[in-house]
Amino acid sequence: MSQGGYFHSVRLDLAKCKGCTNCIKRCPVEAIRVREGKARIMEERCIDCGECVRVCPNHAKYVVTDGLERLQDFRCRVALPAPAFYGQFRPDVPPGAVLAALLGAGFDGVFEVAVAAEAVTLATRAYLERGMPRAARPLISSACPAVIRLMQVRFPTLLPHIIPVETPMEIAARLAKEEMARERGVNPREIGAFFITPCAAKVTAAKQPEGSLVSSVDGVLSMSAMYAEVLRRLPDVDLSGELHRSSGMGIGWGAAGGEGRALGTGTVLAVDGIHNVVTVLEEVERGTLSDVDFIEAQACVGGCIGGPLAVQNPFISRVRMRRLVEEYGKRGPGVDEAEVRRRFRQGFFDMVKPIGPRPVLRLDEDVTRAIRKMDRLEKTLARLPGLDCGACGSPTCRALAEDIVRERAFETDCIFQLREHLEELAERMVQLTRIVPPALSRDKAPGGGGGGEPEDRG
Amino acid sequence: MVEELVLEFEVRGLDFAAVGEASGSIKRTLQQVGMEASLVRRAAVCAFEVETNIVIHARRGVVRARISPQRVVVEAEDEGPGIPDLELAMQEGYSTAPAYVREMGFGAGMGFSNMRRCSDHMEVSTEVGKGTRVRLVIEVGKA
Repeated sequence: MSQGGYFHSVRLDLAKCKGCTNCIKRCPVEAIRVREGKARIMEERCIDCGECVRVCPNHAKYVVTDGLERLQDFRCRVALPAPAFYGQFRPDVPPGAVLAALLGAGFDGVFEVAVAAEAVTLATRAYLERGMPRAARPLISSACPAVIRLMQVRFPTLLPHIIPVETPMEIAARLAKEEMARERGVNPREIGAFFITPCAAKVTAAKQPEGSLVSSVDGVLSMSAMYAEVLRRLPDVDLSGELHRSSGMGIGWGAAGGEGRALGTGTVLAVDGIHNVVTVLEEVERGTLSDVDFIEAQACVGGCIGGPLAVQNPFISRVRMRRLVEEYGKRGPGVDEAEVRRRFRQGFFDMVKPIGPRPVLRLDEDVTRAIRKMDRLEKTLARLPGLDCGACGSPTCRALAEDIVRERAFETDCIFQLREHLEELAERMVQLTRIVPPALSRDKAPGGGGGGEPEDRG
Repeated sequence: MVEELVLEFEVRGLDFAAVGEASGSIKRTLQQVGMEASLVRRAAVCAFEVETNIVIHARRGVVRARISPQRVVVEAEDEGPGIPDLELAMQEGYSTAPAYVREMGFGAGMGFSNMRRCSDHMEVSTEVGKGTRVRLVIEVGKA
């Protein structure tokens, strides 16, 4: 389940892993090595972005989610579909039909995460109106848990830039339980809130939250599994209920750029794809983005519709999401703005726990020792071929040098280094074969031709 | 026994695509060495500013970082035009960067003030027609 005290939703099926280098190359935090022919995820580094799940040609990487049997643990069950879920279906399937079909899949209620996203947008506006220290600009959205975890590992200096407003997933779970408890007169503790996720990072965020002490999400269901459940039930759904409340403002959150557009204030930079996020965060760290107020950063290309658990091609779902945003853009949000502002003032949206760094890249606890190791790392790197071939099982020559310094690898793990060693050895062997022991030597003169020179011995 | 780690990077003038490579490497190294976040950030800004100065104004130059448990020293030496009026150049907002460079978002005249803001000690020596040397010291444990 959780190794080293850290829960991870990204797992490895050892039987399927062939030990190729696709995943080690793509990992944004260099958390994977191939050892003894199999990939190994370094638990302390992994940020559950799901990049390796996407690129593994053998489907050896997978995302752990809860099964539908988890529903049995609760008296009442509410489904929380991510906005990206609507973009998975054909254009003639309205959100209302998706929600009705979900109800038939064993839920007593549904609460759209798109509605919670609207609430988060309104709360964020209220937060921005408070004004903020210039030092923490540009502000960075807290919505993508993989980005948050990337920052903890690689950009700890930027953690103060994260807007301390809870995520739509978390707010949806809280609002859903309140609503259901009120309507049905049940104890909130008897209600199970199940998030339908497009990605691995949200699973981790629900099981091991960063901004709150405990998540209100009780279970996380895979979007691809729920897609099948909904598809089966679509032909005979009852559309009489008014289940769909969200407007284009909330639905848009499911695709890259939607969150920034919903905010509708200040200069927004939207970046998607974790490797692109890295480049933008590097700019923020250099202090060159003073003209940007707000950064919407998402680990998956295309935003949540590009998540590893989404079914539909993200470029196709982007078209559908855009159409939904247009179609439902006219109606007002599914939440009451005055009510959101009132609750924002009460602290309902606040992240209660500061997001701290995960300094896993440090070579040593002690700076003096770390500097020595760094010096050895640089010298080791200079001897490596610089091809970044991955044959040693580390993603780059630099990573291998780091592994050597951390005593997790040997210089001869590099096949080029090994070959040089072998060449030297082979030469030594040839030299040794030329040496004729004196007892076999036919020459009268000691040290004559045919025999080895004395200095050749040993 | 190594008490000081020296990293050195060649920087070529007008190579805007490569801006940030030297300072990026310095930043990553400081992180791996385990320097505290605020120091990493200040040193990264210093390195980035001297690196961009070389790219904008000089033909070529070197950016160096000397890393020890007590301090980080960022040094830059270039073969460039030198600075005729250093006092003027140090003023916030003053820049001799050509228009096309400013259009790229560089050369806003904040370089020296950013360096001053992020370092505990700053030395600049320059000779017209020869080049410029900058030395920035960031002490460990000073916020």
